[in-house]
Amino acid sequence: MTTHAPLAIEATGLVKSFGKTCAVDGVDLAVRSGSVYGLLGPNGAGKTTTIRMLATLIRPDAGSAQVMGHDIVTEVEAVRSAVSLTGQLASIDEDLTGRENLILLARLLGLRRPAAKNRATELLEAFGLSDAAGRLVKNFSGGMRRRLDIAASIVVTPQLMFLDEPTTGLDPRSRNQVWGIIRALVAEGTTILLCTQYLEEADQLADGIAVIDRGKVIAEGTPAQLKSSVGSGALHVRLIDPEQRGQAQLVLKRELGGSVTLEADAAALSAECSDTERAAVAVAELARSGVRIADFSFGQPSLDEVFLALTGHPAEDVSAEGPDPIQEEHAS
Amino acid sequence: MSAKPTTQVGPTSDADEALVRKAIASTERPPSASALSASLTFGWRGMLKVKHVPEQLLDVTITPVMFVLMFTYLFGGAISGSTAEYLQYILPGILVMSVLFTTVYSGVALNTDLTKGVVDRFRSLPIWRPAPLVGSLLGDSVRYVIAGSVIIVLGVALGFRPGAGVVGVVAALGLVVLFSFGLSWVFTTLGLILRSPNAVMNAGFMGIFPLTFLSNVFVDPATLPRPLEAFVNVNPISILATASRGLMEGNAEARDLVIVLAVAAALTVVFAPVTTRLYRKH
Repeated sequence: MTTHAPLAIEATGLVKSFGKTCAVDGVDLAVRSGSVYGLLGPNGAGKTTTIRMLATLIRPDAGSAQVMGHDIVTEVEAVRSAVSLTGQLASIDEDLTGRENLILLARLLGLRRPAAKNRATELLEAFGLSDAAGRLVKNFSGGMRRRLDIAASIVVTPQLMFLDEPTTGLDPRSRNQVWGIIRALVAEGTTILLCTQYLEEADQLADGIAVIDRGKVIAEGTPAQLKSSVGSGALHVRLIDPEQRGQAQLVLKRELGGSVTLEADAAALSAECSDTERAAVAVAELARSGVRIADFSFGQPSLDEVFLALTGHPAEDVSAEGPDPIQEEHAS
Repeated sequence: MSAKPTTQVGPTSDADEALVRKAIASTERPPSASALSASLTFGWRGMLKVKHVPEQLLDVTITPVMFVLMFTYLFGGAISGSTAEYLQYILPGILVMSVLFTTVYSGVALNTDLTKGVVDRFRSLPIWRPAPLVGSLLGDSVRYVIAGSVIIVLGVALGFRPGAGVVGVVAALGLVVLFSFGLSWVFTTLGLILRSPNAVMNAGFMGIFPLTFLSNVFVDPATLPRPLEAFVNVNPISILATASRGLMEGNAEARDLVIVLAVAAALTVVFAPVTTRLYRKH
């Protein structure tokens, strides 16, 4: 348990207002090199603004931050050389082909023409985009865009990557692919700052999480710590025979120890449980004791529940589409 | 965003995690592109867009053709007594007008670009900061050359005979494009200040339209009321038109050329840093 690992990001008291709206209100962050750190929060919580400050796209009004050892205000070029940004709006050029996008970035990052072409080919292949390489990005599906976006971020391998909601709006299959890519990046030692609205995503990928609400960090810790601070997930069971509900309640109580709630549906009940394995054992135990199960599911605490638990108010979904960072900046 | 219906391409294949890992491990970080190389790369981006959407060249080709035909045949007889004579006077002027009008689109294009996420990536790259702007203006300069060439070719087909031949025409086109490069910075600044591409278009034409008409592009200023004549004579667009006529006829005055280049340089010196600053802060 070393606490002396070098910090990739060290931010203190970051503040940013747009007009009267205080988007970020004193955020402190400490992100270890080689880790995945999740910024978890609803739309409009200040995640994107925080990332944009750390990526030197906007200047903080107050506070300071070091990114890969460089100050984000006074050493902009050094920070930019070390990081790459995958924005919430796909940071690729819709009017170019996939291949042209990668060659463009490779050339800007200093690769010579042949090297740039080779790099584009290598990345297209790795990200499963070879067949679509010659098509305009505006004809790409959401999942393909995201993959190209991430490929564009590693044209030259960054020391630190900012990923702003990489899976928002993706179907489960594409989402799993993006997660696989992120894990591969981490396995190679890239530090990642990941913004997400999904507790599950942070849980799957992040080593540490900061929960952000209304521009402030309201909780911080490992995914496990966070979830246990919130309470836990729940095992939901529906029975074939409502008559057996009393018996099922007893079994679940014995197996899981937590509170067991009888639902409005006379055949359904749910039990507090934070551990999938114990939930599985409990289900097996129900079956063994002769309770006939119609279906069951295991639910993680949702972000809404986390928010409710941490703040006492539900996560406010500011807009269904997600905050447009440009609009956000214009807000005055 | 394109209003065209787009066909979605399904996921053709999957990402290969082993190859992703290999791809990450296999690069070193070369020094970033030089200012020149980055600007040229952005110019290449502009060219690629023309390649993918060639329709966007319509506005720089059709409009000038309309202007030449309309002014020559509609007003030529009334203004100069003969269309042939008026063509000789107006063609360099139309060249100036058409190319200057095209510069407004640089601001419109930049404003449209800002609504896209790719700008964030460009701005977070460790490159010479004005490079995306200089690059797109270099790309636009190619459009100016195309617009100018269309006019000259059409003019010659209709009977325009430049006294200084090809060299004079090329020099005039070069001068107009240089001036336009300087003027574009005004519109890119507008493109960063105003909220929508339409606002940029309106504001741009509200400025460039009267300035062009209150010049010697269409009529000899000697025929104008005295105060108007005084204004027309100091209007840089008049001086640019005079210089272009001079280059095409082989009797350009050095004073005019110096003024045109000085105005272009002054516009660049003032508005290029403003644009760059606004772009960075956007």
